[in-house]
Order: sequence, then structure tokens, then C-alpha cells
Amino acid sequence: MWKRLGMALFTMVVSLIIVFIVIQSMPGDPVDILAQEIVRAEALPYDVAYQRAIATLNYDPSQPLHERFVEYVAGIVSGDLGYSLAYKKPVTEIVGGALPWTMLILSVSLLLSFTVGVLIGIYVAWKRKRALNVAVTAYQSIFGSIPDYIVAYILVFIFAVSLGILPSKGAYSSSVTVGFNAPFIADVIRHAILPVMAYFITTVASWTVAMKANSLTVLGEDYMTYAEVRGLHRRRILVHYLGRNAMLPMVTSLAVSFGLMFGGSPLIENLFLYPGVGYYLSIAISRRDFPLMQGMFLIIIVMVVLSSLLAEFLYQILNPRLRGA
Amino acid sequence: MKQDGIKSFFSIMWRNKMSRWGLIILALFLLTAIVGPIVLDPPKSDYLNRLQAPSSEHWLGTDFAGKDTLTQLILGARDVLLVAAYAAVFALTFACLVGITAGLLGGKIDTVLMTITSIILTIPSFPVTMILSMVIEIENQLTFGLVLSLWSWAGLAKAIRSQVLLIKHKDFIEASKLMGLSHLNIVVNDILPNIVSYIAVNFIAIMKGAILASVGLMYLGLVPFQGNHWGMMIQISLSQTGALLGSSSMVYFLAPVISIVLFQFGCYLFATGLDDALNPRLRS
Repeated sequence: MWKRLGMALFTMVVSLIIVFIVIQSMPGDPVDILAQEIVRAEALPYDVAYQRAIATLNYDPSQPLHERFVEYVAGIVSGDLGYSLAYKKPVTEIVGGALPWTMLILSVSLLLSFTVGVLIGIYVAWKRKRALNVAVTAYQSIFGSIPDYIVAYILVFIFAVSLGILPSKGAYSSSVTVGFNAPFIADVIRHAILPVMAYFITTVASWTVAMKANSLTVLGEDYMTYAEVRGLHRRRILVHYLGRNAMLPMVTSLAVSFGLMFGGSPLIENLFLYPGVGYYLSIAISRRDFPLMQGMFLIIIVMVVLSSLLAEFLYQILNPRLRGA
Repeated sequence: MKQDGIKSFFSIMWRNKMSRWGLIILALFLLTAIVGPIVLDPPKSDYLNRLQAPSSEHWLGTDFAGKDTLTQLILGARDVLLVAAYAAVFALTFACLVGITAGLLGGKIDTVLMTITSIILTIPSFPVTMILSMVIEIENQLTFGLVLSLWSWAGLAKAIRSQVLLIKHKDFIEASKLMGLSHLNIVVNDILPNIVSYIAVNFIAIMKGAILASVGLMYLGLVPFQGNHWGMMIQISLSQTGALLGSSSMVYFLAPVISIVLFQFGCYLFATGLDDALNPRLRS
């Protein structure tokens, strides 16, 4: 376990270095951009404005790359991710505001598509009906081919534009007061429905197909035949023998698909103007907001690495063969 | 013997229903991409006839500048396919280089290469590609393909390595080694022919991903690409004509979307069918 933690930490650091170098080699100078803005806003001479921009951003382009990186890491450790050019506030504040929204959408859609996919998969494998099989394959080949952001567009067109029953933009309406009250929660749920549906529709079939394949393998095992011969209750066989054993290998792919969904979030969140990590990342990139970009990448990397650690941990718990090892 | 391999490869592909239909769909797209630009002239702007509904003169209507949608769609096929094919070629090259080197040489080189590979796999590719598209100036299909490939080879490299490990100790490779053949010779004559079908499946899978990513980048407005790419059509239809508000430009939005979905569908059928045909274990 310690080895795994060490590897996770190593992965995070190396990814940070790679992303840092890539971002730093982007054309454009954030200090210059901010300095020009200060000159315009406060009519200061450019040199003074430039020095102040360096201080605000905690970033000096005349420093060599490795020194800048050390300072950046020191900033991370002390909880300072720099200052966003586009929003004029600390990056930590934006990250803190964005992460819960992305986590909400991703965890709900992942949980939903995993649960539904697994249940349908086990049912299809258990029933062994040709029609069911064909239906699942057809669904997977059609919805596996449509990009999720296109599905999202079609959903917006149907439910927001044509029927007008669901909101298509933002995480909540401006009319409700933010806080722990019923109207706010109901509003958040209403706003989350379309993004969650877009993820769900495009990912549920892959879980179904995987679960079906695993179930078929498990159904061929001797212990399944033995369990039937022993006259065990069908429900018990389904849940404890088939379900558990077939689901086990899929726990690790939960982390992979979480990372995949995180990576795709710029498109979905941009489409719904949903104020999550992906939305701010795409804003940061289009406005050349380097500190915000780095902050968003940091949080993406941390979340993806943590989720794969969590998946491995879960796998250990669920797999009796690894218990105590 | 090599020719036999390719022949049997095609016959396996043709026998499986899924990969056959996938092949037919992909071949149609390829034909459009090759023949289209030869037969058709680039569409001209005609501001008197903008945003027209489909008619006998303009089968799929016209866009916001009065250009014929169908013509743009057909001309776009070449750009879409070229970008995706370049991306797949680059990604495959990186993946083969890393995967075969790691698998064949083993030891420390293997450890280092695989550590790099798994780190790249950890960072989601689309956000990185977004940044790379800013770092590397995208001027044509080739640079676009390169940007798309830089972060999408890692999974394949890992898979190729395990394929190489599987066949590494087979007799015919041991024999080649005993004969004193060079590593390069072994790779070209013994290893590549044995994983060619595997590579074909992945080539299509990477193309599929590259098209999604390219359209996504264009949709976010990150690629100043001059051409007839379908992603551009989607972006323009959404940003300039309000396709979703139910105007007559709906067709202009749907035409590239349906083309992309159909292409993805062809890729899916081809790759899945071929995978099924080649891996008897997966047959259920």
C-alpha cells in the first residue's frame, strides 16, 4: 500500500512538471497582459505596473524555468495557487467554487450509469435471450458513436428549447438563495438533470456490455453449477455468486472512466455553462489565463490520481482473496 | 507468407458481419474524401440565398453565407479524414516505438518507458490537447494531426508491449535471435506481421477518438483551421446561426453531426467486429 501511495505521489509530481512546462511554453506573457491592464486602469508607468504584476502573479518571466517551478510548488504547499487574470481573484477561490459542481455531476452520473449498466448487464446474461442481446448491442453501437456533447445538444434542444421544461444553463437560477434550503436544492437538481443525462446516455451501455461479458464468464464457472445443484435460492445465486464476482473486475475501471469523464468535462460544462472545473479550464485557455489553467490542471490531476487510488482500495476490500494481504 | 497474412486478414474481416459493414461504411467515406474535391468546385458565397431550406437546387440547403451545405459536407470529408488519419499514423508510430522497444529490450528501459506511459495515461488527454493546440500552431491537417496524437498513444503503447511480451519467447523469434539477426530485422519481419491485425483495430479506434477530439477543439473555438472540416460547420452553425432555436439552419447543423455519427458508427462496427473475429475468447 505504501508503494502505491508513493507511486501516486510520484505520478502527481511528474504530471505537474509536464503540465507546467507545457503551459509555460505557451505563447503570450501573462505578466505583460496584467501590466498593460494596470497601466490602463491606474495610469502608472509601465515599469511600476510590471513590477506590481510580477508581485500579484507571483511569477517572474525573467527567472529560469526550474526556479519558477520551485516557487510554484512552494505556493501549492502553502495553499497559494496564484491569481487569476480573467477573474481578478485568487485561483484557490475559483477552484474551490468549481470542484463541487463537477464532482456532483460526475459522481451522480457515474453512480447512475454504473448501477443501471450492471443491473441490465446481469439481467441480459442471466436471461440469455437473443432479442435482449441484439438490443444491447444496437444501443451500444449507436450511442457509443455519438459524442456526448452532441447528445447534450440534442437534449437541450428537446427539453430546454422545444418543451421548455428544464433549464439548459448554469448550476442554479439567480432567483433562489444559495444555501441549505429546499428551493435551492430543487433548483440545483433541475439544473443537473440534463448534464447527468448526457453522460448517462453515452456511458451506460459500456457498463452493460462489460457486465454482460463478465457475467457470462462467471456463469460458466464450476461453483455456479455447484451452487445451483445445492439448491440455493435464485436470489442468493444472483446477488452473492454472480453479481459480486462479475462486478469485481469492473471496480478498477470505475477510476478509468472517472478520469475520462473529467477529461471530457470542458465540452459538456461549456455547453451547459456549468460552472465546474472543465468550464473554467476552457475559459482559462481561451483567455490565456496561465495561473487559472495551472490551478485547474492541478485539481484534475489530483482528482484523477486519488480516484484511481480509491478504486484500488475498494478492489482490495471487495476481493476476499486479497484480504489481509 | 506475408501476402497470405494480408489476404486472410481481409477474409476474416469480410466474414464477420459487423466488420464487413464497418468496412463498407468507411470505404464510402474514403471514396467521398478522394473523389469529392476532384469533382466539386469550392462553394461560392451567395448572400441572396442564405440559410435556405433544402430544395432541388440545394439538396441540403445553404449556410449563413449562402454556400451549398452538401458541397461543404463532401469537401469536408477529406479534411476530417486526413486530420484523423495523420493523428492515427503519428500515435501508432509513437506507440509502436515505445511499446516494441519496452517489450523487446526489457529491463531498466522497460521500467522507465512504462512509467512515462502510465503517467501520460493518468492525465486526461482532452484538456492537455486543448493546451497543446495553443502551444503548437495548427496550420494544416498535418500539424492538427500531430497535436491530437501527442497525448493519445499511451494506451496503445502499453497494449503493444504486452503483445510483444506474449510472442517474444515463441520459437520463431528465438530462432531469429540465434541466427544473429538484428533487433530491427526481428521487429520488421517477425513482430510487426504478428501484431498487424491488432494495429489495424487500434488505428481505427484512434481515428475515431481523433475525430471526436478535433471536433471538440473546434467547437470550443481553439483551432483557427481554414478549411471545410465538419467541426467548423458545427461551430459556425451553433455560434452564428442559432441552429438550436429551430431556424432553417437546423439542416446545416444536423448534416455534419449525422456524418460524424455515421463515420463513428462505421469505425465502431469495424473495430468491434474485427476484435471479435480475431479474439475467439470474446465470442459469446
